[in-house]
Amino acid sequence: MNIIIYKEQLSKDVFLMRIYAPLIAEERLPGQFIILQTDDDYGERIPLTIADANTEEGSITIIFQVVGKTTTALSLLNPGDYLPALVGPLGKPTHIHNYGKVVCVGGGIGVAPMHPIAQGLKKAGNHVSIIIGARTKELIILEKEMRAIADELIICTDDGSYGRKALVTEPLKELCESFEKPDMVIAIGPPVMMKFCSLTTKPYNVFTQVSLNTIMVDGTGMCGGCRVNVNNEVKFVCVDGPEFDGHLVDFDNMIARLNSYKSIEKQKQKCFVENAFKEKEVVL
Amino acid sequence: MMHSSEELSAKAKELLVEYLDKYDTLKPKDRTKIPSQEMPTQDPFIRRNNLEEVSLGFTEEQARVEAMRCLQCVKKNCVQDCPVNIDIPGFVNHIAHGNFEEAAQIIKQTTLLPAICGRVCPQESQCQLHCAVGKALKDIDKSVAIGRLERFIADWERKNNKRVLPAIKPPTGKKVAVVGSGPAGLVVAADCKREGHHVTIFEAFHKLGGVLRYGIPEFRLPNEIIDQEIETLNQMGVEIITNFVVGRTKKLIDLIEKDKYDAVFVGTGAGLPIFMGIDGENLVGVFSANEYLTRANLMRAFEKEKADTPIFSSKKVAVLGGGNVAMDSARMAKRMGAEDVYVIYRRTENEMPARKEEVLHAKEEGIEFHFLENAKRILGDEHGCVTGMECLRYELGEPDQSGRRKPIEIKGSEFIVDVDTVIVAIGNGSNPLISQTTPQLEVNKRGNLLVDATQKTSLDRVFAGGDIVLGAATVILAMGEGRKAAASINNMLAAEIEIENADKKELYLNVLDI
Repeated sequence: MNIIIYKEQLSKDVFLMRIYAPLIAEERLPGQFIILQTDDDYGERIPLTIADANTEEGSITIIFQVVGKTTTALSLLNPGDYLPALVGPLGKPTHIHNYGKVVCVGGGIGVAPMHPIAQGLKKAGNHVSIIIGARTKELIILEKEMRAIADELIICTDDGSYGRKALVTEPLKELCESFEKPDMVIAIGPPVMMKFCSLTTKPYNVFTQVSLNTIMVDGTGMCGGCRVNVNNEVKFVCVDGPEFDGHLVDFDNMIARLNSYKSIEKQKQKCFVENAFKEKEVVL
Repeated sequence: MMHSSEELSAKAKELLVEYLDKYDTLKPKDRTKIPSQEMPTQDPFIRRNNLEEVSLGFTEEQARVEAMRCLQCVKKNCVQDCPVNIDIPGFVNHIAHGNFEEAAQIIKQTTLLPAICGRVCPQESQCQLHCAVGKALKDIDKSVAIGRLERFIADWERKNNKRVLPAIKPPTGKKVAVVGSGPAGLVVAADCKREGHHVTIFEAFHKLGGVLRYGIPEFRLPNEIIDQEIETLNQMGVEIITNFVVGRTKKLIDLIEKDKYDAVFVGTGAGLPIFMGIDGENLVGVFSANEYLTRANLMRAFEKEKADTPIFSSKKVAVLGGGNVAMDSARMAKRMGAEDVYVIYRRTENEMPARKEEVLHAKEEGIEFHFLENAKRILGDEHGCVTGMECLRYELGEPDQSGRRKPIEIKGSEFIVDVDTVIVAIGNGSNPLISQTTPQLEVNKRGNLLVDATQKTSLDRVFAGGDIVLGAATVILAMGEGRKAAASINNMLAAEIEIENADKKELYLNVLDI
């Protein structure tokens, strides 16, 4: 169980893995996530959204960016290695039905969890516009896959190295102002991006769903570490989410909470990298 | 006044010599004169920097002297107050005579996890509450230390390798699924396995034990003890599956319909932590006790160098609540390096639900108690981090429904406490996962599963017990419910087996045409 079947480096610090997990592959629906550990004694539990699943192969696909100790350790694993702990699918699945015209905004690796959702929305009969955003060209992922789904695909980069030189909110605003404004927007990406997408659509009164990736320990509704303010009510991302109405989420509080352990996390990652490469005598 | 283990042991040796010959002829009045034995503990100044167990356990001599204090009364109030009805005078009498193996056998007749219960049961509100010795001496603290004696026997058995695997009946071909490996689940697994059923435990976490592992800290319940109980289940042939969330990884109903389990026990425990509902509760530095303790215990954040899971580094911590979880959080925060730790409780010490011993230990470790105070709002800075807490003073009014005097706020008594961390330990709601994903299960308005007198839920073949039914309760009550549920499951399966056998017999008789 939990054997890594396939690994691919999508960009400088973004990796894709297919992991043998037939039970999760069978049950998962778009929008759900898993929690994994690379060490089940002292390792931490990290939540990652499921990007895809293949029930024939019994595998799930995860796409992750190297940001801390565990994602670094994960990126160093190879096909044939296995994960000592992998649990899921967790969270409520995306509510997929025919809204009419939808816009999917994926920022950075947020494009990965967006893929099955966009696929589902298209299948449900929606007109699907997709906006992909990244800092620079080489950080764009899943372009081909998204193009295959989209009725309209817009790519933006912050530095203009590919597609439009713009933030995703620019084309999103244009779509909201167009003759047939979207019936629903779904935005997945860095918290700041989701915050500004929500602010962009609010004046047009377009329902905007966001998928939150907060700090979690158990992921099953026990610890409360993932709590967010939604419409001034405390909600738990792991059991009430991960998707919420973006117009009601208190993003500033969520962003502050995400940074609770930033300095410890960076230090742990640095230590790990130094040790990992000292042992293997590889120069980073 | 605290004494060292050596002093206590030497004193007990003398007493044992003094009473040994005359013990059997001692009158009750003389027995109450035998001094009650003090539990040896780690020095508070040392222990507040480590996770090792605080209470070191009675020595053999201490245990025997303490056991001699029991009056062996006929009425046995202690047994009536025990949720699993242990024959307390029976095992205590064996201890007094030095027959530890026999004592263990008596305990094992009714409880499976004495090493755990001896440590975490609220004895002063159960077996020790109506102890005749405590009554005679007009001091409940002078009751026979039944919990400590239970622990002594369990530890003695473990250290001397006297533990024997329970007898297991031949395989019945029936399958029982146990959801959750906390105290209720462990008991159900053992009791159903003993009847010869195939038992599978499904645990959501990567390690077993539920609240015993993630909640109760090592300094109160060492992991070694939980590991041993799980090893016993392993040896009995119980199948154990970790990282499996029933409801998500597989629907509860699918365990019955697809995987052909004949019975399911739901022991998923307490769920969503309850917060105060006050301003500032989502600031960085405010934690539920569940989160704080899970990081420290299950995720091992206490070992800062080794563990990947970070824990907030705090200087001044306020813990809200007055139960065992509040005590555990406060004492853990001290061990994580906090300089000042305050327990804020809106009633007085008399109303605190925590075990007396834990309160005493917390005080010894330098935890400050603030009674008749409660948080009004939590204050933060421009980065969203906790900088302080505004509190209100309270006074006690008339008794409420629970019989405890109701705290009433004193208007205009606001004051600010300087803290950087707030740990909320005021209880848990119910875990929503099973009911969310199994809409057929009936729940009450708080989301707890509804069960009948046999622990059966509204769904056929599905039983439940522990905190998912009771709301936040105790380890021993969860075990009591587990015991009851297992008996109901075993009865149900026995009846089914009987019918199946009768059917088979008839079939063969028909074939034979007799």
